[in-house]
Amino acid sequence: MASKKKNPSGKTYFFDKQENINLVLRVFYVLCALLFAADFVINREIYHSWEKLPGFYAIFGFVACVLLVLAATQMRKVLMRDEDYYTKQEDSKPTKKKDGK
Amino acid sequence: MIDIHPSLLFFFAAVLACVLRGHVRSAMMLAVPVFGALNLWQIGGSLTLTTSFLGYTLEPLRIDDLSILFGYLFHLAAFIAIIFSLHVKDTVQHVSALTYIGSAIGAVFAGDLLTLFIFWEIMAVSSAFLIWARRSDRSYHSAMRYLIIHVLSGVLLLAGALFIFRDTGSLAFNEIGLGTTGGWLVFIAFGIKAAFPFFHNWLTDAYPESTPTGAVFLSAFTTKAAVYALARGYAGTEILIYIGAAMTCFPIFYAVIENDLRRVLAYSMINQIGFMVVGIGIGTALAVNGAVAHAFNDVIFKGLLFMAMGAVLHVTGRMNGSDLGGLYKKMPITTILCIVGAASISAFPLFSGFVSKSMVMSAALKEGYDWVWICLLFASAGVFHHAGIKIPYFAFFAHDANIKAKEPPFNMLVAMGIAAVLCVAIGCYPHVLYNMLPNEYEYTAYDTTHVLAQLQILFFSAMAFVWLNLKGLYPPELPSINIDIEWFYRRVMPCSVRCGLAMAVPAYKATTGFITGLFGKVVIGNLLRHHGEHGVLSRAWPIGSMVLWVAVLLCLYIILYHV
Repeated sequence: MASKKKNPSGKTYFFDKQENINLVLRVFYVLCALLFAADFVINREIYHSWEKLPGFYAIFGFVACVLLVLAATQMRKVLMRDEDYYTKQEDSKPTKKKDGK
Repeated sequence: MIDIHPSLLFFFAAVLACVLRGHVRSAMMLAVPVFGALNLWQIGGSLTLTTSFLGYTLEPLRIDDLSILFGYLFHLAAFIAIIFSLHVKDTVQHVSALTYIGSAIGAVFAGDLLTLFIFWEIMAVSSAFLIWARRSDRSYHSAMRYLIIHVLSGVLLLAGALFIFRDTGSLAFNEIGLGTTGGWLVFIAFGIKAAFPFFHNWLTDAYPESTPTGAVFLSAFTTKAAVYALARGYAGTEILIYIGAAMTCFPIFYAVIENDLRRVLAYSMINQIGFMVVGIGIGTALAVNGAVAHAFNDVIFKGLLFMAMGAVLHVTGRMNGSDLGGLYKKMPITTILCIVGAASISAFPLFSGFVSKSMVMSAALKEGYDWVWICLLFASAGVFHHAGIKIPYFAFFAHDANIKAKEPPFNMLVAMGIAAVLCVAIGCYPHVLYNMLPNEYEYTAYDTTHVLAQLQILFFSAMAFVWLNLKGLYPPELPSINIDIEWFYRRVMPCSVRCGLAMAVPAYKATTGFITGLFGKVVIGNLLRHHGEHGVLSRAWPIGSMVLWVAVLLCLYIILYHV
């Protein structure tokens, strides 16, 4: 989950090493698997019929986030503008006193 | 110790902050929230102060279970934010911050709508200075827009209050409801401050433009005062459930693609307020408790995140995700504190968000709002995605941007440390918070079902992030902005005015040219002849002739009167 680049200052930090990143990711995958498996061992209380599906929350979390990100990426096509999209116009007006005191 | 109105203390402090400097001012500012909280403690659990003004019965101070919780919360938030801003030398910021805190406290203790209106407006004006204090062109314009929208909210509140007074003969601020015109006006006034959809852009526009320390103050008070006002006046109003559900969902899409990390936090703030609004809309004891508890926690963890980002901005001068990265090497303490805030807002078990967010979700499920519950679940996954992972990841990890950085000043670290400790403490001992809530309701956050479900949601949301990142599907941070509702008043309105003027000016010129051309000679010529330099009507007449004519007129008048 972190960068793979080397640090030019010479000192190597934890996430500079690829093996550390891999280790963190592996621990993370194991935790995910354990949590998913826990659904079959622990009896969750069911308040809603959808919750009966084993791993409902895990599946929901994953699918929701993937959809969220993919939808947001598509939204960029419509919504994204240059950083100075608004300021271009505002600056072209006669500039008033800056600090506004 | 004498009991005084809690907000007056801060107004006195604001006056003192004008004249004091250096360590004396710092000590005074630190003492005020402590002294204020003691004062509140002294006043005790419930009290109403009634006075009469121009025939209206006013309640400048009403302390009860609901308002006192917000009162303590605001004192706590003030204490933390003041520590965070102690290194600032700018008097404008200190004075406006203290005035702002005082007015927010006044607003939650206001027992009638007129008092509420006054504090509402002071809050708007004083907070705008925290944005102006950045002293850039962008912040100047942003604060102007912020002020216009907030003054509009105040005007609606006043108009609504007058309607309510006409209908009921009382200005008391209790349950209002949507049955009357006045009720709707006040509702919209509160809605603007609570950043309801379509009214939300002032928040995402102004907060990221404020000073690094100003944003911490801003994030704590305005919206929470609005949440309090909604809880007081509109608990159980069903439309709030759907408004709140919309608020939880739509900002997370924006937050994923937003580059300015403080704007990401602003969007996630709307998302969190959404949870509170849903709770207030459901209106049961559990739901309102959940909303209030979440407001309490949100002030602390959102404050912590704004502080962490403020520290990054203070140290590096940058705030865009595309410019930052790799700061964990140079700011390890800030990184850890930011992660605590991120874990809290994501509602990890043992952190504060968990114990309050689950109350609102349980209430939604219990009252049969299934789709609202699904929205809230989606929003919970989404908030982890953008506030829980994105903020720390792009600021402190991701690609190493090799920016010169060091840990922020000591006072900033202390303030963040206090907030982080509170996040964990409330998460571990939720009963301390639960006992302060306005309604009696027994609730247990830590049972197997809640913990397991929440952990699954969070870990698999993180899994989605990892997967998308490894696949290269995650949208990169790009130097850009995204258009939102503000597009209408920042782009369409100015453009249409400009286009309108561009068409109207030639048309006006043509019309006037035509008129002067055609009638000029006739009308103007005649006028000139009579009123011009040698015109008969502009000739100088002796005073005597005027007196004569007046006398003639008076005679005529007398004759006509007697005929």
